[in-house]
Amino acid sequence: MSITTRVKKVLTGNHATAYAVMQARVDVIPAYPITPQTTIVEKLDEFIENGLLDASMIRVESEHSAMAAAIGASAAGARTYTATSSHGLLYMYENLWWAANARLPIVATFVTRAIGPPWNIWSDHQDIFTLRDAGWILFMAKNAQEAYDLTIQAFKIAENPNIRLPVGIGYDGFYISHTSEPVEMLAQDEVDGFLPDKSNIKPLLDPENPFTIGNLPDAKFNYLIRRNMWASIEESLEYIKKVGYEYYLLTGRNYGSLVDAYKCDDAETIFVSIGAMANEGIVAVDRLRNKGDRVGHLNIRLLRPYPEDEIIDTISNAERIIVFSRAISMGKGGILFTDLVDSIYRHRLDIDVYDVVVGLAGVEVVDNDFIKLYNDVKDGIFDKRETIFLMGGRYV
Amino acid sequence: MSRVLFPVSKPGAGAVGKTSTWRWQKPVIDFNKCTKCGLCWLYCPEPAFDINEEGFPIVKYDWCKGCGICYNECPVDAIKMVSEE
Repeated sequence: MSITTRVKKVLTGNHATAYAVMQARVDVIPAYPITPQTTIVEKLDEFIENGLLDASMIRVESEHSAMAAAIGASAAGARTYTATSSHGLLYMYENLWWAANARLPIVATFVTRAIGPPWNIWSDHQDIFTLRDAGWILFMAKNAQEAYDLTIQAFKIAENPNIRLPVGIGYDGFYISHTSEPVEMLAQDEVDGFLPDKSNIKPLLDPENPFTIGNLPDAKFNYLIRRNMWASIEESLEYIKKVGYEYYLLTGRNYGSLVDAYKCDDAETIFVSIGAMANEGIVAVDRLRNKGDRVGHLNIRLLRPYPEDEIIDTISNAERIIVFSRAISMGKGGILFTDLVDSIYRHRLDIDVYDVVVGLAGVEVVDNDFIKLYNDVKDGIFDKRETIFLMGGRYV
Repeated sequence: MSRVLFPVSKPGAGAVGKTSTWRWQKPVIDFNKCTKCGLCWLYCPEPAFDINEEGFPIVKYDWCKGCGICYNECPVDAIKMVSEE
């Protein structure tokens, strides 16, 4: 049944996403199954079969084709959605860049999952971070409610005519995708009022006025395509904030800022993490605060564009930051760490920052891991330049 | 008004400039042998052929890259590949 009033349901992250996509009234869903994303598009197929969603489900033979079909649909002006994970994302990779450079407002969910070999279906963030530099606007949700909320907001952001960039929402496979929690959904008319009219999506494909998309230009035009994308994604920060604020006014939920900071105001030590493990970091903060330690947690919910001003405002009074990355740049360090130290250097802040790589290949990350790092950093056992590997409670 | 730069162009001959500068051999048609079958025109990937009023294929050398597909496809051997000086 369609959702005529606000309703709270117990949903998995994937089903919460599917409801958001249904309520956004998407037109086209090209999809190829891969664990742990599959139950999103299965649910959407069910909505279509039951007459709740008037959309074309295009069953393709690969993820590469799924994104190619999404590119075509979006270029024709359709509101377009797809979802993938891990090896599916990598198989889709060429076209994910194509979608960004062609400025197509596709929305996609990336349910994070480790990359093999060896074969692995559990969550780390290596897959979504391969998209870091492509021109996708990337969110990382920390629970099913955020997966729902950010999916609704994503369509509004992507389709802004001055932004026109694809938006991806990531969240951890199984921890969020397959775990059920209470999710409050908006009434359909509230979503209809919040999202822009689909007819505002300017089609690039128009039989009356034909264009070639992606023709071979001279190199300087190509340079300007990327330069212009930089301007748009930088400017999108303000609009993302505005959309979040409107959503906050509608729901009262925590989207008034581009960052999701927890007890950071007076914190001497701040943990930084994203996704499912951010919840563990928040539990660790509460446990340490109960002992009187001034600790906070910063969840960088928006990965790209990087909300540098809000992050710097949040951390500028801290003495030390411990960054937990669930993805590594081989030969360099944890990816959240390298992002953050860049901003700290640009603002000439004098803060000790520690680089911790955790949870690769789905190894569990719990509150005790944050507390262990907190104690060991305070005891001064680490060289500040090293990358620390913590796996299941022990250093490796 | 959108400030977004899209990678789109109006389709048409020479949308990206001349594409013949790296050609090292060119197709030359013997109109005495040509049967006007149009296979060269059909198979040319560019396309770098026009058909004139009499039905003969004409090579547009500004766009011909000299790949030789027309030479391979011509069923009556009316096309020769001639080295560029």
